[in-house]
Amino acid sequence: MKKYFALLAVLALTSAPAFAQKKPAPKATAKAPAASASVLKGKAIYTQYCLTCHQADGLGVDGMNPPLAKTDYVLGDKTRLITVLLNGLKGVEINGEDYHGVMPSQAYLTDQQLADVLTYVRGNFGNKASAVTVAEVKAVRAAGKK
Amino acid sequence: MKNTLTRPLLLTAALAGSLSLYSLTSRPTVAPDPNNAGLKLPAGFGALVVAETGGRARHLAVTPQGNIYVKLNKPKDGKGILELKPNATGKATVSGGFGSYGGTGIYAKGGYLYASSDEDVYRYKLDAKGEVTNPTQPEKIVSGLLNRGEHESKSIVLDNAGNLYVNVGAYSNSCQVKDREKGSMGRQNCPILDSAGGIWQFRADKAGQTYGSGTRYATGLRNVVGLDWNAQNNQLFVMQHGRDQLHDIFPAMYDTKQSAELPAECLYEITKGANAGWPFLYYDGLTHKKMLAPEYGGDGKKLADPKYLEPAAAYPAHTAPDGLLFYTGTMFPEKYRNGAFIAFHGSWNRAPEPQKGYYVVFQPFKNGKPSGQWEVFADNFAGSAEKVASGRADHKPCGLAQGPDGSLYVSDDKAGTIYRIVYNQK
Repeated sequence: MKKYFALLAVLALTSAPAFAQKKPAPKATAKAPAASASVLKGKAIYTQYCLTCHQADGLGVDGMNPPLAKTDYVLGDKTRLITVLLNGLKGVEINGEDYHGVMPSQAYLTDQQLADVLTYVRGNFGNKASAVTVAEVKAVRAAGKK
Repeated sequence: MKNTLTRPLLLTAALAGSLSLYSLTSRPTVAPDPNNAGLKLPAGFGALVVAETGGRARHLAVTPQGNIYVKLNKPKDGKGILELKPNATGKATVSGGFGSYGGTGIYAKGGYLYASSDEDVYRYKLDAKGEVTNPTQPEKIVSGLLNRGEHESKSIVLDNAGNLYVNVGAYSNSCQVKDREKGSMGRQNCPILDSAGGIWQFRADKAGQTYGSGTRYATGLRNVVGLDWNAQNNQLFVMQHGRDQLHDIFPAMYDTKQSAELPAECLYEITKGANAGWPFLYYDGLTHKKMLAPEYGGDGKKLADPKYLEPAAAYPAHTAPDGLLFYTGTMFPEKYRNGAFIAFHGSWNRAPEPQKGYYVVFQPFKNGKPSGQWEVFADNFAGSAEKVASGRADHKPCGLAQGPDGSLYVSDDKAGTIYRIVYNQK
């Protein structure tokens, strides 16, 4: 599966110059507003539901609430990350530090809200990871209900 | 020729100088660091960095000989307790360590050093030099204390009748069906209180006691980290960490500003059987009222059942009181004698409002009761006003101890600095 995507990526890259002559500019402008609207929504959700514990700078609280900046939990496996939001988390070690805080389930948020806030978290606080889509959240939520 | 003459003269002068200084102060003066270790203090006080431990220094104890024992939250190089030996300048050097467990509590009394992990309490014998004689074979005084990973630290103190007091914090914020979940209501009669959320009493000199064999001394206390025995009225005082997240859990009843200012952090005067009312109430430090918790039918206006213990004093919300010490020394001016110092670790739960705390407070006492307004005694552990507001403090005060000369020692579990505050003014 991975190889297949890699192949696609290579194909896309090698064929990119051909497209580059024609459509890149309109594509970029068409996509940018959508992305930033999602980021704005993600930021609003972060401020409302996450900020108290993870703080405005996303660095968490010593010994209690984990940081969201540059940690494998945030940047790594999306399924695990989505599961943390759906099920909550308690007691975790990150980069050699123990965190004892209790994170409650955020399953009351919609798939869209979860996708938006995770996309925001993965793209802020010094993070540069790919977006989380509604489909990905939906899939993890469905798998958890089985 | 010149040298041989001036040397004895200089020596005599130095001797005379130090003698006259000694007779004036009647004790050797400890020189503060030039910048008072970065702290802001009342006039006449000074501070020095005793040592940098580099560990998460929770509570600390100072023996009559001036040796300092520091409990680390997490062992450093396999050592959960650091031993510091004083030197002539008033500073100290880390001379060793023992105890492979992390934890918070440590207390020296009656020729013994007591220390706690998050499950057990140990006792070490101190010799005439204030040194531990059995670092690898302590007596296990209490074992099996409840640790469910939330409010897990076990603070300890002794009274003057051979009893040991241990905090067992509630493994919950407000006893909700689902801890900290938005809108989740309180569990009926809060079964957590059966095994946590209070103070347990044990014998201090008896090895092999278990959690179950202890006496439940006080209940309805969410989590206590700072506690001390008041010798003046022979009573236990504790600082409770008040509940978090009123806005996050009940956004319709509390806005973020109210949530930052509620509830107060409270000092309680404890007698056997006392019930401070957690989780059924919280204390509003602005109106001085015990409020019914929203998890148990409160709405931000309904008062709680008046039967619960009234706080002895209240302090700004969420500022996390981690150390309590009744000052019995004579180095500090008269007003401090038998009053309480409280180390506020600093808040996180005031966000998005600016954070607060990261200071040591003085609470005046009279005849064993709080009397008069508290004041910030030692400030700027954080390093700047901006670092206070953001919560990104350089140092976070946690433990307090009194030295044999009356110096006040403060531990910091952020950077591991050990401070000593002295009074030098005549």
